[in-house]
Amino acid sequence: MSKLSMSKAIREAIYEEMLRDENVIVMGEDMGRMGNPFGITEGFLDKFGPDRVVETPICESGFTGMAVGAAMRGIRPVVELMYVDFIGVAMDPVMNQAAKMRYMTGGQVNIPMVVRAPMGAGRRNAGQHSQCLETLFTHIPGLKVVSPSTPADAKGLLKSAIRDEDPVIFLEHKTLYAIKDEVPEEEHIIPLGEADVKREGKDVTIIAWSRQVLFALEAAKELEKDGIDAEVLDLRTLVPLDWEAIKKSVCKTHNVVIVQEGYRRSGYAGEIATQIMEELFDELDSPVERVAGLNTVPPFSPPLEDAFFPNSNDIVKAVKKVVNFKL
Amino acid sequence: MWIHLNEKQYSKEMLLHMYENMLRIRKFETKLTECFMKGMLAGNIHTCVGQEATVVGTCQALEKRDFITSTHRGHGHCIAKGAKTDKMMAELFGKVTGYCRGKGGSMHVADISLGILGANGIVGAGIPIATGSGLTSKIRKSDEVTLSFFGDGASNHGTFHESINMAAAWKLPVVYLCENNQYGVSVNINTVTNTENIAVRAQGYGIPGITVDGNDVLAVYEAVKAAVQYAREGNGPSIVECKTYRMRGHYEGDPAAYRSKEVTEEWRKKDPIDRFRAYLLTLGIEDDELTAIEGAMDKEIEEATEFAITSPYPDVSEVTLDVYTSDNERSVIR
Repeated sequence: MSKLSMSKAIREAIYEEMLRDENVIVMGEDMGRMGNPFGITEGFLDKFGPDRVVETPICESGFTGMAVGAAMRGIRPVVELMYVDFIGVAMDPVMNQAAKMRYMTGGQVNIPMVVRAPMGAGRRNAGQHSQCLETLFTHIPGLKVVSPSTPADAKGLLKSAIRDEDPVIFLEHKTLYAIKDEVPEEEHIIPLGEADVKREGKDVTIIAWSRQVLFALEAAKELEKDGIDAEVLDLRTLVPLDWEAIKKSVCKTHNVVIVQEGYRRSGYAGEIATQIMEELFDELDSPVERVAGLNTVPPFSPPLEDAFFPNSNDIVKAVKKVVNFKL
Repeated sequence: MWIHLNEKQYSKEMLLHMYENMLRIRKFETKLTECFMKGMLAGNIHTCVGQEATVVGTCQALEKRDFITSTHRGHGHCIAKGAKTDKMMAELFGKVTGYCRGKGGSMHVADISLGILGANGIVGAGIPIATGSGLTSKIRKSDEVTLSFFGDGASNHGTFHESINMAAAWKLPVVYLCENNQYGVSVNINTVTNTENIAVRAQGYGIPGITVDGNDVLAVYEAVKAAVQYAREGNGPSIVECKTYRMRGHYEGDPAAYRSKEVTEEWRKKDPIDRFRAYLLTLGIEDDELTAIEGAMDKEIEEATEFAITSPYPDVSEVTLDVYTSDNERSVIR
């Protein structure tokens, strides 16, 4: 084991996959000499050359669409949007082309592409550079959606995403890039669609993904002081959803809090809550609680931004509410 | 730049093949309009009646290994690139024997083995897909050319600029084929664009561009052939604009009241099939021979229609099949 930051783990995953399979290419802005703002493709240009390190002009719609065409021909593009917010100008190739091509052609073609995108609040980037938009992608049939919380998970899941035959949206929280943790040195693969219990507990299940897993773990530590034993379930992959893992945990704890950084309204947390209500109602000792970003524009001013996205205090409050619920 | 040479010599076989394909498309789509009127076809049907010279002249200049992206008005492109009319018709009837098992319909016919990277229901969306196919050929150092069909409407879409800019910068083997039929649904191109021709934009990208008579199948063939050769030799992309006219509405059921009847009648006199037939007769090809082709096409389309009508619909269990390549069941259920 060696300690790596998430950005280095992501770099390793892509680098190793490019070495393994000559069909894997990277595409996006500033991928060449600069090696990407987070150092993801540092050294790639010298190693793999400009044909496989496609440094594009600033035209997300055009190059994401190009990736779809290349994928139809058997290339495995790993596309980067510099911020997930930029999906606003590149949604058609993702939503109407990549996601639908296999189905619309009666199963003739696969679109083995990955769209990587940094996301999330906490860096004072204001309204157009701070969103968590996973809900836009989970809503569209044909897309798989991954959002890891640790360097090791990021590496193992990204390698699976690159090898997957379907379009995968890979969402990386910007505030996680610099956090170091242990990553196996040997080949490390994590299958898509497998959640991970990051902390075992018996009183309440906190379901989270991406940065909110870290807040959930902090909250669990805090809750220990009050004798509340929280289980933290990191979904890691949002589509396909690891329902068996959710079911197992809910049947153990009978109380659920779902945490997402993205906007509360129409969020994926609401979707999971509904599925639990539909299928595990008898298991619940309390109504499922959501902790989510406010229905507002991500603000710039630090105290405002801190109030915008959820943190461990919000999770602690929500957990206390469900475990103290009385009919 | 290149010009159309009137003095080219063509084999009779090729000329008759082009005539046959133009007729095949016309008769296929004429049958569609009949079936649509009778309520036998669901959805939207966009025909290219009147544009067959552009379609056939273009595909004649491509090799089997070359790729195309098509549009919502794509029946002709697919047939000219080698798609079979029976599987096409079955697809449009929503039958499981169609190219896409009935799941795509009129706007989404694709056959990757024929180099058809798909018709597309989103205007302008095929342009970057074709460009990505061109990028693939460059990465693999292989010599297929990809040709992107799009209309005058799509030429004002951002994808047009984004794609051609990249293809030009990286010398990708792509031909951008603008079928300028002068109307984006109801809007005349001259009311939303400041230049007479679309191909002049090529200058802005530092690539060749040419505008040709899109109802002259040989003029189209020559222009595209030169563009394909230019791309295949590694010189990069170019724009070929074919000026033509769609004789029917945007889709079946559109009376096209936004166009002047006089202009439409003028274009009817320039019908590409009539023109080509007259030209073939001047070359000494027998009328009987052309009539025989017409009869053969009538028969083929009747049989294709019969095939479509008698084919089964997909089983309802297919509704969620093939959304994903792996883990499909789990990924569609939640």
